[in-house]
Amino acid sequence: MTLLRTAPPTAIFGLLVLAATLLIGLFAPLVAPYGETEIVGAEYLPWSAEHPLGTDNLGRDMLSRMIFGARNTVGLALLTTGIAFSVGAALGMFAALKGGWVDQLMSRAVDVLMAVPPLILALMLLAIIGPSIPNMVGVIAVIYLAPVFRLSRAAAMNVVALDFIGAARLRGEGTVWLLRREILPNISSTLVAEAGLRFCFVFLFIAALSFLGIGIQPPTADWGSMVKENATLITFGDVTPLIPAGAIALLTVSINFIVDWMLHRASGLKS
Amino acid sequence: MTRLQKLILSRLALGVVTLFAVSALMFVGIELLPGDLAQQILGQSATAETLAAFRAELGLDQPPHLRYLDWLSGVVQGDFGQSLASRRDVAELLSTRLANTMFLAAYAAVIAVPIAVVLGLLAALWRNTLFDRSANIGALSAISMPEFFVAYLLILVFSIKLGWFPTLARIDSVDTLGGALHATFLPALTLILVVIAHMMRMTRAAIINVLAAPYIEMARLKGVPRWRVVLRHALPNALAPIINVIALNLAYLIVGVVVVEVVFSYPGLGQLLVDAVASRDFPVVQAVGLFFAGTYILLNVAADILSILSNPRLRHGR
Repeated sequence: MTLLRTAPPTAIFGLLVLAATLLIGLFAPLVAPYGETEIVGAEYLPWSAEHPLGTDNLGRDMLSRMIFGARNTVGLALLTTGIAFSVGAALGMFAALKGGWVDQLMSRAVDVLMAVPPLILALMLLAIIGPSIPNMVGVIAVIYLAPVFRLSRAAAMNVVALDFIGAARLRGEGTVWLLRREILPNISSTLVAEAGLRFCFVFLFIAALSFLGIGIQPPTADWGSMVKENATLITFGDVTPLIPAGAIALLTVSINFIVDWMLHRASGLKS
Repeated sequence: MTRLQKLILSRLALGVVTLFAVSALMFVGIELLPGDLAQQILGQSATAETLAAFRAELGLDQPPHLRYLDWLSGVVQGDFGQSLASRRDVAELLSTRLANTMFLAAYAAVIAVPIAVVLGLLAALWRNTLFDRSANIGALSAISMPEFFVAYLLILVFSIKLGWFPTLARIDSVDTLGGALHATFLPALTLILVVIAHMMRMTRAAIINVLAAPYIEMARLKGVPRWRVVLRHALPNALAPIINVIALNLAYLIVGVVVVEVVFSYPGLGQLLVDAVASRDFPVVQAVGLFFAGTYILLNVAADILSILSNPRLRHGR
């Protein structure tokens, strides 16, 4: 509680938005007035009491799709970030511990992954394996594994050089023990700060891919593809398609505010 | 050969090696695919003859390393193969679209870079004032927004409500430079807004970092005015990180261009790439992807070299 009292207003705003989004996403079927893919009326109905945000290009309720979209888009972004982090951190620590050619091989592979802009790499890979939700999650996890690998390798390098690792080795501890019990606890704070930032990138990335029609596929509700599906409305001066886009922006801004505050606290800067 | 030349040559060589690794990546990916590419694209219902014809066309009946060498020797001679969808030469498809994309990226860069650097300098100069704080929050928000949100917002305001600019950037139908600049103003502005924030924040951070150095305190104690401290003492020493940030953002423009081109139906490489991915037109995906990756790598290498050149300690060595 004392932590919250020292938080700047931007961070409190961020926490509120994040909590609201998570709650809505979690209880989507209870909150939403209609089903995710249920067709409830004519196409592009204007805002009304029955359909607070109108209907979309196929006559589905916009508000319900926004609510289910929160679940799908945020859920998938969390899943992807989770995979990228667990695999990337494990490999990074492993490379730092083993050193030698294992480290060289993995580091050079990561260099190649990071030398290409993520969006272009994702498009190239998805062209090969075909767009679908599991493929998209896999491809994005592989791409974002690279920066996590670099960070955890660099952080673990400092730890590996310390005496207690040598002592543990002499005790005859195995690789898994060294990684989990000796290295991980010492680099976890660095990783946690990075996770928030990476989640933002992954979230925006999924939204962009879905907007381009290569990420989350219809009829699954998702904020990125909802913008695309209803974009024609903009030319009639209707702001409805901006709502899912705005939701994406609002959530990312909020998380950035929280991360900014945590980094500030972690670095101990006062001004 | 001097130390400097060696350094630059090694960076260039590294860039070329990376480019080869990336170009091979797609071939490796096709190889790792479970089952057969032809089967996957054409579906279960395809007959044996169509499958065989498709394999022959993509060269899937040859071993992967031969296929790669074959493709590579074509690329070196400017032959990127034929598009599967339109049957036209990929090189021919690329040429006009390449010019369009370059035009858009250059348009945005020419405006964004000077504004971002000046804003960053001012934010560092007036640190912790209202100007700095609002610039910071504005930048943080702009970084977090998806490009398509910014783009549609601009369309709504400037072309629907005010009617100043067209909603679609039809560059083919204009013949004067002024017309082209007008038609592509909104996509350019979207890109500018997206990259400016990041460049400004990094410029500010780089300058503030240098301002903590003892020689800056010395200059202040001597009574040098604040703007002079920033311009003459801090800026030259912050040049390397600033150059790096500019290059990174120019590279980012190349990526941002993909989404923005789709929003504005702009006939550029990004639009081409997205269409090719959706229809799984491999020769086109490969060529466009390679071009984007190449530009990105080149800009990063250029940033490396320029920051070496801007630092006398690295330039002359010890």
